[in-house]
Amino acid sequence: MEAFTVLDAKAAPLMRQNVNTDIIIPIHRLRDVAQADLGPYAFEPWRYLPDGSENPEFFLHQPAYRGAEIVVADNNFACGSSREGAVWAMMGMGVRCVIAPSFGPIFFNNCFQNGVLPIQLPRADVLAIADELEAATRPGSNSEPRLSIDLHNRTVTTPSGRKIEFQIDGIRRDALLKGLNEVALTLTRENEIAAHQAKARAATPWLYPAS
Amino acid sequence: MPGQTLFDKIWDRHVIADLGDGYALLHISRHLMHDGGGRGLQAIKDAGYRVRNPDLTFATFDHVISTEPGRTHETLKPYAARLYHMRDEARRWGIKLFDLGQPGQGIVHVMGPEQGVTLPGTLLVCGDSHTCTHGGMGAIAFGVGATEVIHVLATQSLVQPKPKRMRVTFDGKRAPGVTPKDMILHLIGQIGAAGGTGYAVEYAGSAIRDMEVEGRLTVCNLSIELGAKIGMVAPDDVTFKFLEGRPYAPKGALWNQAVADWRTLASDPDAVFDAEVRVDVNKIVPQITWGTSPEHVIPVTDRIPDPAATTDPDKQKAWQAALDYMGLKAGTPIQETRVDWVFIGSCTNSRMSDLRDAAQIARGRKVAGHVRAWVVPGSENIKRMAEAEGLDRVFLDAGFEWREPGCSMCLAVNGDTIAPGERSVSTSNRNFVGRQGPGGRTHLASPAMAAAAAIAGHIADVRALDRRSI
Ligand code: SF4
Repeated sequence: MEAFTVLDAKAAPLMRQNVNTDIIIPIHRLRDVAQADLGPYAFEPWRYLPDGSENPEFFLHQPAYRGAEIVVADNNFACGSSREGAVWAMMGMGVRCVIAPSFGPIFFNNCFQNGVLPIQLPRADVLAIADELEAATRPGSNSEPRLSIDLHNRTVTTPSGRKIEFQIDGIRRDALLKGLNEVALTLTRENEIAAHQAKARAATPWLYPAS
Repeated sequence: MPGQTLFDKIWDRHVIADLGDGYALLHISRHLMHDGGGRGLQAIKDAGYRVRNPDLTFATFDHVISTEPGRTHETLKPYAARLYHMRDEARRWGIKLFDLGQPGQGIVHVMGPEQGVTLPGTLLVCGDSHTCTHGGMGAIAFGVGATEVIHVLATQSLVQPKPKRMRVTFDGKRAPGVTPKDMILHLIGQIGAAGGTGYAVEYAGSAIRDMEVEGRLTVCNLSIELGAKIGMVAPDDVTFKFLEGRPYAPKGALWNQAVADWRTLASDPDAVFDAEVRVDVNKIVPQITWGTSPEHVIPVTDRIPDPAATTDPDKQKAWQAALDYMGLKAGTPIQETRVDWVFIGSCTNSRMSDLRDAAQIARGRKVAGHVRAWVVPGSENIKRMAEAEGLDRVFLDAGFEWREPGCSMCLAVNGDTIAPGERSVSTSNRNFVGRQGPGGRTHLASPAMAAAAAIAGHIADVRALDRRSI
């Protein structure tokens, strides 16, 4: 997994509630397309017009936001299906960080498995960030819709230079900073797993029919 | 010190190591696999890991298989290669796979409880968000992502943060025509699709205690549509009666020992929850969704909501977008909505009680001429039981199609789809944009309500249909 430390990049607001992972990647693409090639299908139902051409209204097709590596979203972002393809598709279009007031719980975990940083902030902060990004795209603005993320110091810096602190669980932060592989890490705890299982087999033997 | 919740009791039993920050390395006592997540075994092979506990993993085919009557392995093309690979890998590792045509095959969340694989007090995971269904048996059960599946296969454990605990108390009695599906849809309408985000939800109260296991599975199934990864019901005599004698349930002395333990699995009277919600079940009427989120739900007697009626500008936008996608007009009675498709099936509502409910409405009636209606039993066993009861004849005589078990039109990845612009009443759990096929429009409802819509040709109140024919 690629490490995540700092990211200074274009950011785009997607201020809709309850965006689900069926929208982020439709199931038939997940069935037919290899993991590394999902990018072009991210947000497919919103991204293209019925004739297959780009929908100019789609947030990431607006010139100011094209190529954004950070998405700023609203409540319950990426709720629904457990498909990790939602993370892969967003990575495929270059996204490395999502900021939202709350996330679908499985998507939230899936991000950490792939070196993508989900940042949870109070909704007022998220709305303020989205406003600043939009203001930065207006004619005459002298800033760009960019955010600077510093995982070491747990800060988001907005276009106006305001620093907002965010919380993140230490274990997740550590893994992202170092790009750790969780399976490899857990395999080093084999003794503990074996000891726990031996105890569980004695205490609740009915759970282990085959042994 | 306050007492423990049901959730805490089961969680604590599975903690291998406290990782700090509220995270634990958890032992996984049951792992389920399905054909949509078959890449897990491939990944294990590619990475050179071993499957640590094949005896604790159970697999079935459900997502990508066709449910066409008379299906064979040939009709599974073009996904046959994936299925064959999963079958080979399962055999190589010694993982029990319920194969096509065998008892046990079916939707993974139907298979677990039906086979007695899902037991009270287990910590069960599967690479599918509706794994919360199994909580209806008194287990902690939740969906995981593809990388987490690899972690489970390789280590029989998982790193997880401990969620907060919420209790939803359903008190009162269901009126005739009101089903467990209506209860949970009503709750989602009340607290929203993000109302349970960050929580493990325990469903309690007299209406849950009075409910059979199948209904509890339905209620827990939609926990994820509430934003909660976990939904659960304390196991009781209803659960034990359901489980006794199932193929993988404990037998003899072990059974007695297990039941004695399971009786301790309830929230203590003085347990404290982080959030409490109360629902008066007496007031619930049959529900139907009108939009593109399960929270877009109304009583079937209502009119389609008007975005102007909400003061929240974000909601206004979301409602208008949903109306546009669904092709509906605000203010119209929802019952005037004409339907093209009816789908009775999915891990929400494809069990015997669901099929009986729908058959009761279908018996002696005819599906409207312009409607295509499918009944897709949740498992091979349910299909056989329903046929033994003659339910297939009831459906076929009424003009429904009777299909092979699988996920089918719930997610439309298996050739079972509706066309763009078509409208379906579905007993599944997601009315998301394109869920039943790109451009398809989905209204969620109970099996009885879905059958009523098939007969009427439009969204209909099952309670009216019960008394008079139309
Ligand atoms: S029936 Fe639908 S919701 Fe249930 S497991 Fe299958 S695809 Fe998922």
